Amino acid sequence: MLRLVSRALKSLRFGILPVPGRLLAVLFFIFLFLIPVITSSPYIMLLTTMAAIYTIFAVSWDVLSGYSGQVSFGHALFFAGGAYGSALMYMHFGLPPAATIPLGILIGTALGVVTCFPALRLRPPYLSLLTMAFPIILEQVVRALPARFAGGDYGIRELPPLAGSPVQSYYVCLVVMTVSVLIMWKLTDAGSKNIRTGLIFHAIREDEIAARATGINTIRYKILAFAISGIFASLAGTLFAHYRTLVSPAYFSSFTSFLCIIWVVFGGIVSIYGPVVGVYTLYVLLDFVRVTPAARYQTLILTIVVVVILLFMPEGIAVWIRDKIERECPRCKLSNVAWRKECRACGASLR
Amino acid sequence: MTVQQILMLTLVRGTTYAIIASGLALIYGVGRIVNLAHTAFMMLSAYLISQLAVGYGWPLTAAVAVAVVGTGVLGLLFYRFVLNRVREHQAAVLLITIAVAMGIQQLMPILFGSLPAPVPLILEGAVPVFGFPVPKQYLLTLGISLGFLGLLWLLLSRTKIGIGIRAVAQDTEVANLMGINVSTILMIAMGIGTTMAAVAGALVPAVEGGSVSQYFWLFTLLMVLVVVILGGLGSLKGSFIAAFFVAFVQALVSTLFPHQAYLSYAFAMVAMVVMLSVRPQGMFGTLFEEERL
Repeated sequence: MLRLVSRALKSLRFGILPVPGRLLAVLFFIFLFLIPVITSSPYIMLLTTMAAIYTIFAVSWDVLSGYSGQVSFGHALFFAGGAYGSALMYMHFGLPPAATIPLGILIGTALGVVTCFPALRLRPPYLSLLTMAFPIILEQVVRALPARFAGGDYGIRELPPLAGSPVQSYYVCLVVMTVSVLIMWKLTDAGSKNIRTGLIFHAIREDEIAARATGINTIRYKILAFAISGIFASLAGTLFAHYRTLVSPAYFSSFTSFLCIIWVVFGGIVSIYGPVVGVYTLYVLLDFVRVTPAARYQTLILTIVVVVILLFMPEGIAVWIRDKIERECPRCKLSNVAWRKECRACGASLR
Repeated sequence: MTVQQILMLTLVRGTTYAIIASGLALIYGVGRIVNLAHTAFMMLSAYLISQLAVGYGWPLTAAVAVAVVGTGVLGLLFYRFVLNRVREHQAAVLLITIAVAMGIQQLMPILFGSLPAPVPLILEGAVPVFGFPVPKQYLLTLGISLGFLGLLWLLLSRTKIGIGIRAVAQDTEVANLMGINVSTILMIAMGIGTTMAAVAGALVPAVEGGSVSQYFWLFTLLMVLVVVILGGLGSLKGSFIAAFFVAFVQALVSTLFPHQAYLSYAFAMVAMVVMLSVRPQGMFGTLFEEERL
């Protein structure tokens, strides 16, 4: 116990405090946990809960498309698949959320893994456009099926809510989000000594043929990437379904997938913090616009913001900020505060 | 009767898909740019025509000419000032084009009102073909898309610009080393592609219900992407053939199951999935296996 505490203190002292990006991340998460203490306005609760759910969704897209390079345009498939999975479980078997959420995740992930098989052999642009097709097919299937089976055009309503009160729902979503983001961060960490997936995903993205030549079973790891991404995206979907207490075929729409991509690329692709920043800035700011008289221009503002951001910081806003406040030591690859003259560990000059 | 109906629907849809898809295929083939705003430009041109011809009472030909040229120039400017700067970042290109498309979708009701805008037929009436009346507009659409493809083929194979375009399509870096201004060539390709989208905007909404609404671009885009993928991305010949194939599948479904007509989209998508599972590069595409950046 004592050793654990001292290790935690040590990583705080040497791993977090000297690196402004990590310090900001920790402070940000502490702030998120304190929001209900500061305000309990229903609107803020709704906004932040949705942001937490969308963060899981966006980060899961980044794992699949950013890290392993399988740029999916149909991420709504996992999201809506999970949402529908849990809603159907409730509708037909009357299960409580505690049971429907895992089952929904299972269904969403299975859906994703099955549909990824035709996608495995494809090159990037084909893959993106193929994955875009699946949610559209499924949406029309849902609409075509009789309403007593899958809700039809109107979706399934009156699902059991996630938790008793908005604040409880918020904490459920926030804790789930934090844990999922941490897991996905570990899984994609290329520098990890124990988990190889991060390194292998990077290898597949950079050069699939070279990765295969070095003995990596790229097909297996691509399926793994789809599965990991599917698990978390459908987790977001099930949370969303129970939080909003309804599912509708509109969840499958391409707009859902595109919004997710916009958040990630806005924040910074191939970084776990990028999507988090993307959702918590872009989604939240645009939602503020929605309640002002400028609501008509919401999508227009989205367009202008996206174009301007990408023109001036094509790597995403989080990466741009990180590069302003951090500098990597050229010798030992350790992150330093940008205004240090020499590396904090090895003393190499940073100028 | 049914056979004729299917053939007719195939013809109409096929030509419209062909003219839209060839513009998209051209831009992708030359610059590896998947321009998701392609059909949004088409929608913009349709709205402009509607506004000029119906709203201000201009003669239709003048309205079409202004809209086509205007949209083409807009496409050029969009490439020059926006896309050219992020060309190297694939994700950024996709994102900017989709964002611009959504922006245009939102801008249309603000500029032109939220009701669907009527787009008049260029040619009224019908001519009998094999004893079945075919509206003249369909034939015009077919003629114009064939004409445009012919012109494009002439441009690509007979002119210096065409050689430049093909060189850039083959290998951008080497073309650049040979003294070809890659961004100018791409700008020209983008201009041609957008002009073709604008021409489609003059022809397509008039036969597809006679009006254009702000969501018109999305469904068209999805179908055109299916077409372009089936034909092999970047292959003009492939997208032309695939256009008729997809149109045939759709016509078959909507004629045989008239009550489930909306399923025709799903069937076209399934056709694409099956095709890609059998032949991952589409009908006439190449895999770009050697392209390892």
